[in-house]
Amino acid sequence: MGQPLLSVRNLVTRFRTGRGTVTAVDHVSFDVAAGETVAIVGESGSGKSVTALSILRLIPDPPGHIESGEILFDGKDLLKLSDAEIRAVRGDRIAMIFQEPMSSLNPSLTVGMQVGEPINLHRNAPWSVALEKARELLGMVRMSDTASRVGAYPHQFSGGMRQRAMIAMALACEPQLIIADEPTTALDVTVQAQILDLLKDLADRTGSALVLITHDLGVVARYADRVVVMYGGRVVESAPASALYAHPRHPYTRGLMASVPRLDGNTGERLVPIEGQPPDLARIPPGCAFAPRCRQATEACRSAKPPLREIEAGHHVACILES
Amino acid sequence: MTEPLLRVENLKVHFPVMRGVVLKRQVGTVHAVDGVSFTLDRGETLGLVGESGCGKSTTGLAVLRMQDVTSGRIEFEGQDITHHDKARMRPIRQRLQMVYQDPYGSLNPRMKVSDIVGEPLVVHGLADDRKAYDERIAELMRTVGLLPDMADRYPHEFSGGQRQRIGIARALALEPSLIICDEPVSALDVSIQAQVVNVLQELQERLGLAYLFIAHDLAVVRHLSHRVAVMYLGRIVEIASRDDLYRAPLHPYTQALMSAVPVADPVVERARLRVVVQGEVPSALRPPSGCRFHTRCAQAMPRCSSDDPPLADLGGGRAVACHLHTAVIPIVRAELEPA
Repeated sequence: MGQPLLSVRNLVTRFRTGRGTVTAVDHVSFDVAAGETVAIVGESGSGKSVTALSILRLIPDPPGHIESGEILFDGKDLLKLSDAEIRAVRGDRIAMIFQEPMSSLNPSLTVGMQVGEPINLHRNAPWSVALEKARELLGMVRMSDTASRVGAYPHQFSGGMRQRAMIAMALACEPQLIIADEPTTALDVTVQAQILDLLKDLADRTGSALVLITHDLGVVARYADRVVVMYGGRVVESAPASALYAHPRHPYTRGLMASVPRLDGNTGERLVPIEGQPPDLARIPPGCAFAPRCRQATEACRSAKPPLREIEAGHHVACILES
Repeated sequence: MTEPLLRVENLKVHFPVMRGVVLKRQVGTVHAVDGVSFTLDRGETLGLVGESGCGKSTTGLAVLRMQDVTSGRIEFEGQDITHHDKARMRPIRQRLQMVYQDPYGSLNPRMKVSDIVGEPLVVHGLADDRKAYDERIAELMRTVGLLPDMADRYPHEFSGGQRQRIGIARALALEPSLIICDEPVSALDVSIQAQVVNVLQELQERLGLAYLFIAHDLAVVRHLSHRVAVMYLGRIVEIASRDDLYRAPLHPYTQALMSAVPVADPVVERARLRVVVQGEVPSALRPPSGCRFHTRCAQAMPRCSSDDPPLADLGGGRAVACHLHTAVIPIVRAELEPA
């Protein structure tokens, strides 16, 4: 593997809140190679969505602020670009798909105009060309009757169709990287499978890399090549998907896998819950954020933050108990 | 066999769709629940699964008598409660309780936890003896794995998982025989869900409770249920014992639903053969003719669009509403008829 397509290095994103400054993303590092699918897994407050928004510099500032780090995309640091330069990247070379298709589509514009907008904007194509391309893209996301869909408004679409339109929009300029933040959480299971199958298939066919942000370990297993597990704003483990599921090394990853019932699991066994609560980001303990819930935690775990170390080729763990 | 704890027969809940402000007129009917039948035994968990709009929550509300029934019959502990009003439901409420999905919206933020948990006791006039009342609250808190001292606090001081335990403690106050759980863990973080799932399981073992467990998460339902009913557009399409249903789903919709849920293991996922359905659930305002699933079914035959398949008993507690599995008898009969 040569240079990765995306390399996030020591990213720190903070928010000023009424209860003080919150470090939502704390020295996060990970790579995405061209064409690969990387899943970022975590629960609410783990920092996974803020990480995604930071990559495209979509953090509202104030109250948020990207404090430090590097986001190298194709060798160029996105954090050093001017506002105009980052706008040229968004929707062209890096596209983003959000969780709520209803709130991320403009209700007063036709679907065709929204899907065609990136082509009009980034490729300077006249609207007639952009709308024709939009129709083509809607066909690519397997919508029928695309000629009339182009002129329809988002409210005339079901949740699954809106998310298809979002995918069409994301694919418009054939981006090198698609970031999808919980793209199917609001959808029913059968539709969720359709949308994720479609997204994965189109990313594979166009050679786009895909960063999939999710809390669902099943979705990760089905679609991801590599996995980044986040907890309390930090990466606790990252590994190829097969290695992570076969040998989870961080106690949080192991705990998560034991606490979730599986469709093919042993029904006679009790689930093993992770005791306690996810951390309050305003009151992160000085040591490992997972230490208060970790059965193996020692005094050393509570005093200093464990660094992310490579313990096997491509398998990184932030736990002092693992070597 | 003894009488089941709950018997639901041909339950229908239809909502009129009105249009017009001054001259209101009915322009359609939503068939939210359209002929649902099942039984539930003491100490048993029946999982009710399906996608949004399938009628699973409405079925739960109808059983609780918080939703008017269009037709059909609901029997609880041998008593017909189909048309019970609020006053007649009051004594039954002691035995028939509920746990809601939203642990934030379902607890009054201005009430102390002790008052929330104890309210059913007060309402039912079981709180006369102050000392016994306090002891009961402490016991209920312990039962769901909370410290009795925490009862003096307010809901906002608790996490989502703890709030859901408070909701369960309140449901337990009157010693019910059946608790209707509507998506009780789906609003919780993954690492917290198991805590609540385990509390529900322990309580069933200790107190012999029955649950009607309504959820969309097939893995959680499998973990908790003895039997499972799958709903689609207001109907039960398949009902079977947990192991039968998950090992060999018969209805094409059940197969598609199972296939859609990914297993948290890349090796298993790569080897899996999946049944993928096209499209989305049609509107309950105009459900498709014949079998309601035929518009999305890969195995649909011509008769599926005209003949509505009944929920046919296959024996062994298993029933399925699909011509692929029930077509045998009518075809044989047709062949025997003289030309």
